[in-house]
Amino acid sequence: MIDALQARLVRILRRMMTRPRIDLPLAFGLFVLAVVGLMTLYSASGGSMAMITGQAARFVMGGLLVVLISRIPPSVLRSWTPWLYAASVALLLVVAALGQVRSGSKRWLDLGVMSFQPSELLKLTMPMMVAWYLHSRQLPPRWKDIIVVGILIAIPAGLIAEQPDLGTALLVSAAGAFALFLSGMAWWKIGSLLAAVGGMVPVAWHFLHEYQRNRVRTLLDPESDPLGNGWHIIQSQIAVGSGGMFGKGWQHSTQSRLDFLPEHTTDFIFAVFSEEFGLVGVIGLMLLYAFIIGRCLWIAMEARDTYSRLLAGAIGMSFFVYVFVNGGMVAGMLPVVGVPMPLVSYGGTSAVSLLTGFGVVMSIFANRKMHD
Amino acid sequence: MALKRRSIKDARGESALFQRRALAGFALILLGLCTLIVRYHYLQVQRHDEFALRSENNRVKPRAIPPARGLIFDRSGVLLADNVPAFRLEVVPEQVPDMKAMLSQIGEVVPLGDDDIDTFKKQLRQNRRFDSVPLKMHLTEDDIARFAINRWRFPGVDVVPYLTRRYPFGPLFAHVVGYVGRIDADDVNRLDPERYKGTSHVGRSGLERSYEDILHGTPGYELVEVNADGRTQRVLETHPPIPGKNLYLSIDLRVQKATTDAFAGRPGSAVAIDPRNGQVLAMVSVPSFDPNLFVNGIGRADYTAYMTAEDKPLLNRALKSAYPPGSTVKPFLALGGLEYGVRRPEDTVLSTGEFCIPGQQRCYRDDTRGGDGTVNMVRAIEKSTNTYFYRLALDLGIDRLSSWMGGLGFGHKSGVDLLGEAEGILPSREWKATRSKFGWFPGETVIAGIGQGYWNVTTLQLAHATATLADRGTPYAPRLVMATANVKERPVPLANPPSGPSVIHKAANWNVINQGMEAVIYGAGGTASQAGVFKGFPYTVAGKSGTAERFSRRGNEYDTNKNTAYLATRHRAWFIAYTPTEAPRIAVAAMLEEGAWGAADAGPIVRKVMEAWIVTQGGAVPPSKTPESGVESASSAPAQPDDTPMATPADMPAGMPADPSSTASPEDGGNR
Repeated sequence: MIDALQARLVRILRRMMTRPRIDLPLAFGLFVLAVVGLMTLYSASGGSMAMITGQAARFVMGGLLVVLISRIPPSVLRSWTPWLYAASVALLLVVAALGQVRSGSKRWLDLGVMSFQPSELLKLTMPMMVAWYLHSRQLPPRWKDIIVVGILIAIPAGLIAEQPDLGTALLVSAAGAFALFLSGMAWWKIGSLLAAVGGMVPVAWHFLHEYQRNRVRTLLDPESDPLGNGWHIIQSQIAVGSGGMFGKGWQHSTQSRLDFLPEHTTDFIFAVFSEEFGLVGVIGLMLLYAFIIGRCLWIAMEARDTYSRLLAGAIGMSFFVYVFVNGGMVAGMLPVVGVPMPLVSYGGTSAVSLLTGFGVVMSIFANRKMHD
Repeated sequence: MALKRRSIKDARGESALFQRRALAGFALILLGLCTLIVRYHYLQVQRHDEFALRSENNRVKPRAIPPARGLIFDRSGVLLADNVPAFRLEVVPEQVPDMKAMLSQIGEVVPLGDDDIDTFKKQLRQNRRFDSVPLKMHLTEDDIARFAINRWRFPGVDVVPYLTRRYPFGPLFAHVVGYVGRIDADDVNRLDPERYKGTSHVGRSGLERSYEDILHGTPGYELVEVNADGRTQRVLETHPPIPGKNLYLSIDLRVQKATTDAFAGRPGSAVAIDPRNGQVLAMVSVPSFDPNLFVNGIGRADYTAYMTAEDKPLLNRALKSAYPPGSTVKPFLALGGLEYGVRRPEDTVLSTGEFCIPGQQRCYRDDTRGGDGTVNMVRAIEKSTNTYFYRLALDLGIDRLSSWMGGLGFGHKSGVDLLGEAEGILPSREWKATRSKFGWFPGETVIAGIGQGYWNVTTLQLAHATATLADRGTPYAPRLVMATANVKERPVPLANPPSGPSVIHKAANWNVINQGMEAVIYGAGGTASQAGVFKGFPYTVAGKSGTAERFSRRGNEYDTNKNTAYLATRHRAWFIAYTPTEAPRIAVAAMLEEGAWGAADAGPIVRKVMEAWIVTQGGAVPPSKTPESGVESASSAPAQPDDTPMATPADMPAGMPADPSSTASPEDGGNR
């Protein structure tokens, strides 16, 4: 009995070493990121053990999700994809009809025990859907395919932007767009599409809410309203700038501890990180993110079919959007939108949806091409 | 269709295409991350100094620490004005999101009066947005507890400890020590903002006001770490304030108390002065008020009660009320007669009960029906013979009379260390010219000779003149504060050199006046002797009574109905005296607003003042009636303090090295 168990354990371990289902470098990168995230949160929350344990519990749950999803073969995921996409868009419509309004936007569905944002689902189902569609097409995509993909992106993105939740709309669109990009869409087509989008900007300005326009205006000149709209941007830049080359040291962020920095555990936690660890810390964290994204792209290249390639690549690249938008916002480079710093910002939904994505990447890794 | 399309797909080509795209995408991502790093480099390295400074400025705020106000002690070290810890509610306007809402909501937590809100709004307009403004003083423990629970609702509002003033003896020293009050809008313009940063109270009256500069001290500051709500997190650095200096009064609490008690509530005032140095030994104005009510803002009801009270408790009668001095001017006038050579001591005048100016119909009466007969100077002072002084005044003439009396301080501020002193009225051609188109009439000179007519003097002036006389003519500006002390240091006496040379040029003249004033107390015809005022008193006293006619206090019109009006409501009773006559140590003037006769009514008050003072001197008996004939020598030089065993440890050296040039006041100096 014990011998049998032991033999089985040895077999599993050997298999893990020789042909693991989990990509250990990626898992290690995510683990380091989670640790850095918890450390920063500890400091930013003023040592709140409730927040730390909550976040750690989510990471553990997310880790389990990674392992679980990694066991679902990509072919199965692919067959589910249209249904998952349709279901998440349907939920978005439900939200639009019956959703809860919290601080001015309609994003939430109340499920009794917990409330949840269906838009989070699209972060994953969107690249899945685009990958699914392009999987069966001849690549590089032609204009017809591009238009179809455009519609697939525009419907949910429009619904999310209408909530309004510009940050998530941006992330969801980017995830779909990256799949399109990776499918080999011709550069001139990309260029002309971007030019068209650029031409739409003045039109889009009309569709923005007043608070969103103010955010853009404030970004251009934060000192015009230092106590109101400019407060976030100014205090965040003060936090970042006062960190200097080597930072004030862990737990020595005055901007955060004394409440000058708003949202210092969620959207602006990276300002706390920058204040405490300085430019050296920022570069280190950027390298870690680059490593994680690069590893995802490597896994994508190793993937067996188009669907897997596009999906893993899109998930990896959309991770970059988080980092860039949040980092740019904290540094006063981009307007204030609700995009968290991945796995560092406090908050359940984003951590769980991100790790679910990495679960999919792990599943693709587990079913990679055979070189031998 | 689908089969066909799939067959077209080139798996190997797609894979290669994807690899190129993935690498291109990764390159773009690295470019994006580098852009971020460049931006962070710009903020964290290039603009680091600027942001580091702004971060410091966010977090570290200088906060003024108001100095502790100097304490006020009586002569023997009893605390008269104390600082006690209290708590107040303060608001930093900058940090209040909605002032109106805050004011209406905070009322539910800490009850606010209309007065509080009015004062607050007034100060709010004066202050800068980031300076805190007191909203309510003197919070109760309940207020503090309730606010603590609700503090989160009111950003920018906080409970702040401060030192408030307490006057343990309340009304007893209200007119002397005065009180502090909250700094109001007018003060803000007047006071140096650097010195008064963080200070909520300023001296309003009495010594609290006149010694404001000395009592206030110099504020310190501390660097505190604040959070975004402006709440102090911790103190980083402290530069302590320099507390104000303590004051030591020359008044002994026991003398002040005895003096107040002697009035038994009757409106009036009394001042006692040490003739050797001008130190005030008692200053009382009855009735008085509770200065503690004013410290944190007096309520409207209390204030109205004080303002409408018939007895005017807020009025310092000793300092500000001037009344005709009556017969108390007679010894001074007699001295003038001697000094000017108009009279010799032995010159006599026949008092017949009526004196008529030669060549005029108008006649002036003596107090005694039928007159006092033939009187010389000593007898005239003893019996207060009007005719003697009518004639003396006439012989002196108004110009010499007012010049002489002005030299004794009448009609001028005494130079006491209190603000708001009344000058009174010294009858003179100049004074009348400013009031009337008529010239000076001889009859006005005549009644000036008995302290009536235009005459108005304050109790302080009369005490000052009495002290000057007692010290053989050497004037000293009255001083309430005899020493100041830095915290934890020994008191340093304040110099008070004579304010001028002696007004008496011939020492023998003083002896005559002293003899006359002793006769008032002891002589057979003396007004005080007849009333038995100083019977059994251990030291020789020289004094003079005065009974001045007054206007009815009610209605302010002269009460002509002698049958129905009580004498008391028609007379103001005065008494002046000094003792011991050999080497005078205390000179007293007392005034009763409603007294029938100076000697009988005001005299006992003077006696009680002197008795209380003797107790404070250890009850030691100074050499009574010693054959010390130092009169001749004492007249020229300023009297030096004698080193008798009477000097108590608390007794300050009285005569500091004289430097008249620096301190002599223009009113008192150089009149002769």
